[in-house]
Amino acid sequence: MINLLMKIFGKSERSSREIARDRLKVVLIHDRANVSPEVMDHLRSDIIRVISNYMEINQRDMEITLANDEDSVALVANIPVSKMKHA
Amino acid sequence: MSEVIVITSGKGGVGKTTTTANLGVGLAMRGKKVVLVDTDTGLRNLDLLLGLENRIMYDLIDVTEGRVHFKKALVRHKKYESLFLLPTSQVKDKSAVNPEQLVRLCNDLRQEFDYVLIDCPAGIEQGFQTAIAAADWALVVTMPEISAVRDADKIIGELGRADKENIKLVVNRIRPQMVEKGDMLDMDDINDILSIECIGQIPDDEKVVTSTNRGEPVISLDDSQAGQAYRNVVGRICGEDIPFMTFPKESFFQRLRHALGM
Ligand SMILES: Nc1ncnc2c1ncn2[C@@H]1O[C@H](COP(=O)(O)OP(=O)(O)OP(=O)(O)O)[C@@H](O)[C@H]1O
Ligand SMILES: [Mg+2]
Repeated sequence: MINLLMKIFGKSERSSREIARDRLKVVLIHDRANVSPEVMDHLRSDIIRVISNYMEINQRDMEITLANDEDSVALVANIPVSKMKHA
Repeated sequence: MSEVIVITSGKGGVGKTTTTANLGVGLAMRGKKVVLVDTDTGLRNLDLLLGLENRIMYDLIDVTEGRVHFKKALVRHKKYESLFLLPTSQVKDKSAVNPEQLVRLCNDLRQEFDYVLIDCPAGIEQGFQTAIAAADWALVVTMPEISAVRDADKIIGELGRADKENIKLVVNRIRPQMVEKGDMLDMDDINDILSIECIGQIPDDEKVVTSTNRGEPVISLDDSQAGQAYRNVVGRICGEDIPFMTFPKESFFQRLRHALGM
């Protein structure tokens, strides 16, 4: 009965269209995240430039990677700060 | 000003050749001078879709290798006088033409034609790189299926790497009933996922098959949905602002009837 009501009101189990849409969004994040080392280098120098406006960072030990999870991709940055600039 | 447009897709069998033939006829119906270049060397089909398979004397490779002038290899359409086909070879392979040769050829074709449409082979290998080399913009054909959309995304990335930033999308073989039931991606979903401007949504239509059988592209049939959709794409290519056909979602009462099995 609940099932029937849900069907009538359009709140039934997720449609295959919605499932396709969600799966595509995730798989494309993964596909697109396979960025070239060149792009990662650009990203790294851009990040350094922006952050250096606010603090001194240890560029040698910084790490920037794209971490793949099952249903997401994260940009993970570990950037040691050696000194804060004056506000 | 002439335009060179490549019709490409990534995944095979989604409707590149069908789209090329229909847009070619549609543009010619508007009086434009059009040449269709088949670059799917070894798997030529465009001649069949246009009903021109018995008129071919020379092919693309004869032209790029300098054996004949391109004008000798062009096949004029029987009905649409301003439409021409430059067929490819059925025996050579994709490595027979390189990007520089196609760029040179297209520069010559620009002098004679308003539109140069290039039918691209499936995949992202050399044939694809050659087909896109001369294009001002790319028309990516996809279908409302996850594998075709994923491959379209890959192609869009490859086009970007080749500095082809002007890309438009055609979603082919939409089944309105399935979209209505929530069982198929619609144009807006694909638009949202790929972030590429859509200039066409073509319904799945039996008339595409019957018109292909006859060698007369569906765009010339007044009573075909796919034909109307292709005419709309032609209008948009010519810069007209044409609203998209709508496929309505189920209303409350339709859902009620479906749920009750009526
Ligand atoms: N809107 C449509 N409705 C029904 N059938 C269609 C439609 N579009 C294409 N088809 C059919 O799909 C098949 C593949 O089409 P087509 O040859 O144009 O694809 P393609 O992308 O050029 O393939 P390939 O990658 O092999 O070159 C054909 O049989 C064609 O008739
Ligand atoms: Mg084809």
